[in-house]
Amino acid sequence: MMIKMCLAIPAKVVDVKGDEAKVDFGGGVTRNVNVTLVDAKVGDYVLVHAGYAIQVLSEEEAEETLRLWSEILETAELEVKG
Amino acid sequence: MVENLKFRNQALAEKVVKKIHKLASKKEETIKICHVCGTHEWTISHYGIRSLLPANVEVIAGPGCPVCIVPASEIDEAIKLALKGVVVTCFGDVLRVPGSEMSLLDAKAKGADVRIVYGVGDAVEMAEKESNKDFVFFAIGFETTAPSTAVEVFKKPPKNLTFLVSHRLIPPAMKLLVEMKDLSLNGFIAPGHVSTIIGLKPYEIFPKVYGMPTVIAGFEPLDILFAVYMILKQLNEGKPRLENEYVRAVRPEGNVKAQRLMKKVFEVQDGNWRGLGKILNSTFKLRSEHAKYDARLKYGVKIEHGIDVKPGCKCHLVIIGKIKPTECPLFMKACTPQNPVGPCMVSMEGTCRIWARHQKLI
Repeated sequence: MMIKMCLAIPAKVVDVKGDEAKVDFGGGVTRNVNVTLVDAKVGDYVLVHAGYAIQVLSEEEAEETLRLWSEILETAELEVKG
Repeated sequence: MVENLKFRNQALAEKVVKKIHKLASKKEETIKICHVCGTHEWTISHYGIRSLLPANVEVIAGPGCPVCIVPASEIDEAIKLALKGVVVTCFGDVLRVPGSEMSLLDAKAKGADVRIVYGVGDAVEMAEKESNKDFVFFAIGFETTAPSTAVEVFKKPPKNLTFLVSHRLIPPAMKLLVEMKDLSLNGFIAPGHVSTIIGLKPYEIFPKVYGMPTVIAGFEPLDILFAVYMILKQLNEGKPRLENEYVRAVRPEGNVKAQRLMKKVFEVQDGNWRGLGKILNSTFKLRSEHAKYDARLKYGVKIEHGIDVKPGCKCHLVIIGKIKPTECPLFMKACTPQNPVGPCMVSMEGTCRIWARHQKLI
C-alpha cells in the first residue's frame, strides 16, 4: 500500500471506544483509527494520518476560510481601485 | 462540513490568479517561493498551478518528501536488520528507496521478511500476533508521523517490537534552506499537516530573523494560490510575517497532546539528511528511559555512513529546489518510476516522481 506520508485525510467520527474510533472517510469507507492524540467525539471531523487522528477539524474555521478568501479578494479589489 | 467543492471554486481561483498577476507585475525580479511538503508538490503539479502563475513567480519544492531525505545509512540499518532475520515493517514508499548497495525490496527478494504497513499500529498488531518473531518498525516521517510512533512507544509495545527511529523535523531544514544564500528564496509555504502538530511558533524565526514571508497552507489548489497571493502581498508591503491560511486544521498552539507525548518519548539530536548533510537539532532519538525499544541498541546495527547519491543522480540538488527534475540528465531517461535511480523518483512524494506522473502538465 502506497500512502503519501505528509498527507492526512479528513474523516467523520462515527463511534469512539477508548483510544479507538470508527471513522467514515465518505462513500461508505470506514476504518478504525487511534484517537489518543486528540479529544474527538462522535460527529467531529478529524484529520487521519497513518491510522492516527492528528487533529480535530473545525467546521467554523472551514467556513471562516471561505469568508476570509472572499474578503481578501474584496480588499485587494479596493486597494487596486484606490 | 464544508464540502471540498467550495474549496475548488473556479471563479475564486480565477480572481486570485488575477490578483497574483497584478502584484507580481509590480516586481521586476523573479520571486522564488519554496514549499517543503510532498503533498503540496502533488497539489501544485496535479492542478497545474505553476502554469497559472506569472513568469516571474516560481514555486520550488524543498525537502518535503520524508522518504527521500532519509540517508542511505539508515536504509542500510533497516536492511541489515532484515537480513539478520528480524521482521522489518515499513511504509510502502520506503521499500524501493536505494540504500548504499540495495533496497529493502532487494533484501525481501533475498528472502528477508519485510512487510508494508499503513501505520505503526499495524506493526504492533503483527508483533502481538506473532510473538515468536522479532519485529522492527522503521519509523520514518516528519512531525506529522512522529506522534504516532510516540503513542506506541509510550504505551509500552510488545517485547518483541523495537523501533528504528528515523523521524526528521522540518523547521531546522527550512532554516538550512534560508541560510543557503545562493538559493535566494523570497518566501515559504509552510507544510499544513506538520503544522497541525507543531503549531505556529517554530516558524516565527523565518519572518523575524530572516525577513522571510511565511504562510502555512492547506492542500486544496485554492489554499496554494492564496498562500502565493499572501506572500506576494507581504513582499509588496515590505512587511514579512507569519500567516496561517490553513486555520481549519492548524491551531496557533498546534496539537499540544502530541507535542507533550513526543517530548516524553524523544529527544532532539543532530542528524544527516540525504542530499543535505548534517542539520543541527533535526532528528529524533528515543530517550534513555525508552532505550529498550531502540532497535539500533538492541541489535547493534548503527551505521554511520552510506552512499547517498548514485553517480549521475541529482536528487541532492532536486531536494533543495536548486534544480528542477527536468534539469537532471537522468530524468525520464536512465531514471524512471519503473527503474528509479534516486529516492526522489521512488517515493510517491518525491519531486521527480510527481513530475514524472504529471509530465504533460509541467
